[in-house]
Amino acid sequence: MVYVEKGPVQKVSLERSMDRKMNEEKKQQYQEYVKEVTPTHNVFLQMTKAFVSGGIICVIGQCILNYGSSLGLDQQTAGSWCSLILVLISVLLTGFNIYPKITKWAGAGSLVPITGFANSVAAPAIEFKKEGQVFGIGCKIFTIAGPVILYGIFVSWVLGLGYWIVGRLGIF
Amino acid sequence: MAEKVYQRGKQSLEFGKEVYLAESASIVGTKEGEGPLADLFDMIGSDDMFGCDNWEDAESSLQKDAVYLVLKKASVSPNDIRYLFAGDLLGQSIASSFGLLNYQIPLFGIYGACSTCGEGLSLGSMAVSAGFADRVVCVTSSHFASAEKEFRFPLGYGNQRPLSASWTVTGSGAFLLSGEKLGQDSYGNGGRARAKIAGITTGKIVDFGIKDSMNMGACMAPAAADTIYQNLMDFNRQPSDYDRIITGDLGYVGQKALIDLLKERGFDITKQHMDCGIEVYDREAQDTHAGGSGCGCAAVTLSAYILKKIEEGIWKRVLFVPTGALLSKTSYNEGQTVPGIAHGIILESP
Repeated sequence: MVYVEKGPVQKVSLERSMDRKMNEEKKQQYQEYVKEVTPTHNVFLQMTKAFVSGGIICVIGQCILNYGSSLGLDQQTAGSWCSLILVLISVLLTGFNIYPKITKWAGAGSLVPITGFANSVAAPAIEFKKEGQVFGIGCKIFTIAGPVILYGIFVSWVLGLGYWIVGRLGIF
Repeated sequence: MAEKVYQRGKQSLEFGKEVYLAESASIVGTKEGEGPLADLFDMIGSDDMFGCDNWEDAESSLQKDAVYLVLKKASVSPNDIRYLFAGDLLGQSIASSFGLLNYQIPLFGIYGACSTCGEGLSLGSMAVSAGFADRVVCVTSSHFASAEKEFRFPLGYGNQRPLSASWTVTGSGAFLLSGEKLGQDSYGNGGRARAKIAGITTGKIVDFGIKDSMNMGACMAPAAADTIYQNLMDFNRQPSDYDRIITGDLGYVGQKALIDLLKERGFDITKQHMDCGIEVYDREAQDTHAGGSGCGCAAVTLSAYILKKIEEGIWKRVLFVPTGALLSKTSYNEGQTVPGIAHGIILESP
């Protein structure tokens, strides 16, 4: 019972779920019909596009890395420069409204690499700037990237814990 | 002419006292201005910010300008307007609140998602027909950018829209409803009006359990089917009694679903059906997937295209059915379905 029974209304029984249960079969039929008539993107084509575009981004990253190494940077420093430059490019392309156009074609190919992450942080920052530095940019900058950060850190913590336990047991 | 409002059937009204859709105005953004209806709109913005500082303000200025324009076109002052019926898609209808603030006309703020245009015209015509107002203005708006921000992602975020997704129309339509034609003499002769509102059918919330907010056509088609069916029953009409049955923003997926749903209930509207969302953009050239949507979609198409056809006498009687998908970001995230609602307006030659 949702309400505390009090006074003369206690004899009334509320059938809340009644309406929603009506015509369940008809609804089911319609949902199947909709699935049938709704056009979808061609998965194979999308995967090909993602493979090509994601590959190109990674090749650019590799070029930066190799160039960094050729300048005498060690592997880790060259790697940091690579990430920094890719993020910078992505943020600039977001600002000029070019990144959404790339992703429209590329799909996961440009969503998954670090450039996609940079785009997902830069886009809300631009959009919510009008709502102020604190409640606009401050609160909303991670609306899209937030889950990645939260669960990324959480999973790394879980893995770290596992690694520690396994180490304690002397398996490694 | 009986000075009476007749209740017809379960959900409809037939107006005994004349209600004229005396004048209308439409303002759209750049993308709509490149679409197939470009030449018919009253004004096309040169920039989707419309000279404002943010998207919400831009949408407010759309409503402000649309109301200004309709009053100007009709040579009516704001003081002669008894009520405003206004709504939009933003949280707490801020586009209407801030856009209409300066007019100082008594306001009913309404929300019917993308069916708001139909809801406003229904309430407005009821008020006029019942004699509660001589003149009212109904206005709605939507803006692509503010709607994306309200319901989906920031504009700069790269993602892929499903093929069933629609494109929110940037635009506002304002309509002046009046108990008499504009410029009519005291004997009721002469004067002009774009159309007559002969009756309405008010829609119910219809939920067929679709949860995909990126397929709003499919969410709203059952509501449109329900309202159209009820209209035909209440007025004891056949689809052929209408020159056109025009839905708001079902798009390509919703159109197919609507026609099939009505066939199941014994009516074939294939010949009469048209959808504002399909008309407002060029699907291939403008890459709008399922079609246009938003409060502005039905409103600007009505003002620019449908009323023109009625005015020219090409269509004598039209059933105009703006459709709305009832959801918010919160309801969607909490796993609710996306029910639909649709309001029918019977438009006839004046």
